[in-house]
Amino acid sequence: MTGGADAYYGRPVIKPPVWKVPDVPLYLYLGGVAGASSTMALLADLTGRDRLACAGRLAAAVGATASVGALVHDLHRPLRFLNMLRVIKPTSPLSVGSWILAPFSGLAGAAAASQLTGLLPWAGRASATAAGVIAPAMTTYTAVLLADTAVPGWHEVYRELPFVFAGSAVSSAGAVGMLAAPQESAPARRMAVGGAVLELLAARRMDRNAGMVGEVYRQGRAGAVLRAARVLTGVGLGAALLAGRSRVARVAAGVCLNAAAAATRYGIFEGGRESARDPRYTVVPQRPA
Amino acid sequence: MARNRLSGPLADPAGEVGYPADHPERVGFFTDTSICIGCKACEVACKEWNLLPEDGLDFTGMSYDNTEDLSGTTWRHVAFVEQERPTVDLGMPAMGRDSDQVRWLMSSDVCKHCTHAACLDVCPTGALIRTEYGTVLVQDEVCNGCGYCVPACPYGVIDIRPDTGGAAKCTLCQERLGAGSMPACATACPTESIQYGPLDELRARAERRVSELHEQGVTSARLYGHDPDDGVGGAGAFFLLLDEPEVYGLPPDPVVTTRDLPSMWWHAAGAALTAAAMIAGSFLGRKR
Repeated sequence: MTGGADAYYGRPVIKPPVWKVPDVPLYLYLGGVAGASSTMALLADLTGRDRLACAGRLAAAVGATASVGALVHDLHRPLRFLNMLRVIKPTSPLSVGSWILAPFSGLAGAAAASQLTGLLPWAGRASATAAGVIAPAMTTYTAVLLADTAVPGWHEVYRELPFVFAGSAVSSAGAVGMLAAPQESAPARRMAVGGAVLELLAARRMDRNAGMVGEVYRQGRAGAVLRAARVLTGVGLGAALLAGRSRVARVAAGVCLNAAAAATRYGIFEGGRESARDPRYTVVPQRPA
Repeated sequence: MARNRLSGPLADPAGEVGYPADHPERVGFFTDTSICIGCKACEVACKEWNLLPEDGLDFTGMSYDNTEDLSGTTWRHVAFVEQERPTVDLGMPAMGRDSDQVRWLMSSDVCKHCTHAACLDVCPTGALIRTEYGTVLVQDEVCNGCGYCVPACPYGVIDIRPDTGGAAKCTLCQERLGAGSMPACATACPTESIQYGPLDELRARAERRVSELHEQGVTSARLYGHDPDDGVGGAGAFFLLLDEPEVYGLPPDPVVTTRDLPSMWWHAAGAALTAAAMIAGSFLGRKR
């Protein structure tokens, strides 16, 4: 296609997503933090790190609840939210996701409530354990949610996207643990570092394998946001490595890695929208060579 | 997993979802754009029958097309393509730029009622269903307006209705079919550019029409969406076009996104296990 000459007046071929900002990027980010925090809480509990377990449980509950809130707010008919649980459809990542998110947020909420009130400690612990086991699914199902669309920027990277989201979730949850439980933060720091490395490597791989549509993640607003996310991840990673000795580094790592995780989700969301608006990304890869 | 229930040819989509064997034949549209005159009677008939609100009077400046595209409140859309191209020189006296003439391409676009419909696959509430006629229908009273179907459609058809918040698109006039009538657009079309009927019959008729045009020297005529081996398992509404699909705003070779869904879930599971292993690994070693 030379410019817009052959396309239909340069109009998009597919419909750009109607999902709203900040609702959906927030939903993606919060779900990731909540999931990884919950597994962190479970392991902290098993290894006798009470403060880290408490921080993880609270982060899981707050993140999951807010994530549900963002999802419901994004619906065009929010009062019918429960219709999400009307059927179980393996072909719909949002149906599968709802059936992960609903029990997870319920269990995480119960665990946090028990933690805060001291009531029914055995039930709280059982809930926290169950939530922590479901939790890893929380960190990656949203990648399938985006990839299972006709949006070229999302579909083309379906192999790498879950790893980007997983790394980002682990590093941001580790960062939460560093901020909230400084005395027991060694495992959280290792999560922050490992997650950040995974995120950077997966993002790099995604960039290399995306083909022509990869340029939406390098240009415009999405490009700027993702560059900022990479810088924040890098700074957060460096700060996390120094955080054993310095309080300032610990706080900087905590803040930077969470900002990076949120920015990564928003950048990928925005890049996908751009790839849907420009008909080239739909048409050119579909044309016979 | 090249051939699974999520993609590939499928003889009977209605039977596949459990309608009894005596369900009606699969029906659809064959839109022959070579005889479309751009009257927009289909757009009007669709709006009238389906009680769809007007979308405002926008001047787009793009040819004669002020409808712009299919939307939640526009279920038929006539595309107008104005092409300037050299024509055969007959040696006749002419005014102005006699080497260039305008060729009009007009095509009434509609929901494709795919054999493998991504909108239906991704709908989390079950609002989108396969009907007994093999078409794809939104049950408005179930839809919660999540909007997942919108970016899932490889043709950019389905959309959220601004006035109701629900997803909406062509129903193939489901209630008219039940009463033994044709869809409103096909009934209103004065040139029979929009033909309605059993899909097998339409496919055979379309093959005859395309050979007829080729015999007449219209070598650019081609069918679009008729092939059960294509990326959506064949469309229930297919077209005869006179130029490349993208010229009409159609994707050249769309693939239902859920074809790759099993692989997507495997990758997500691998990533989730990686996350779990990473978190667990962070707790190994000395306690601090």
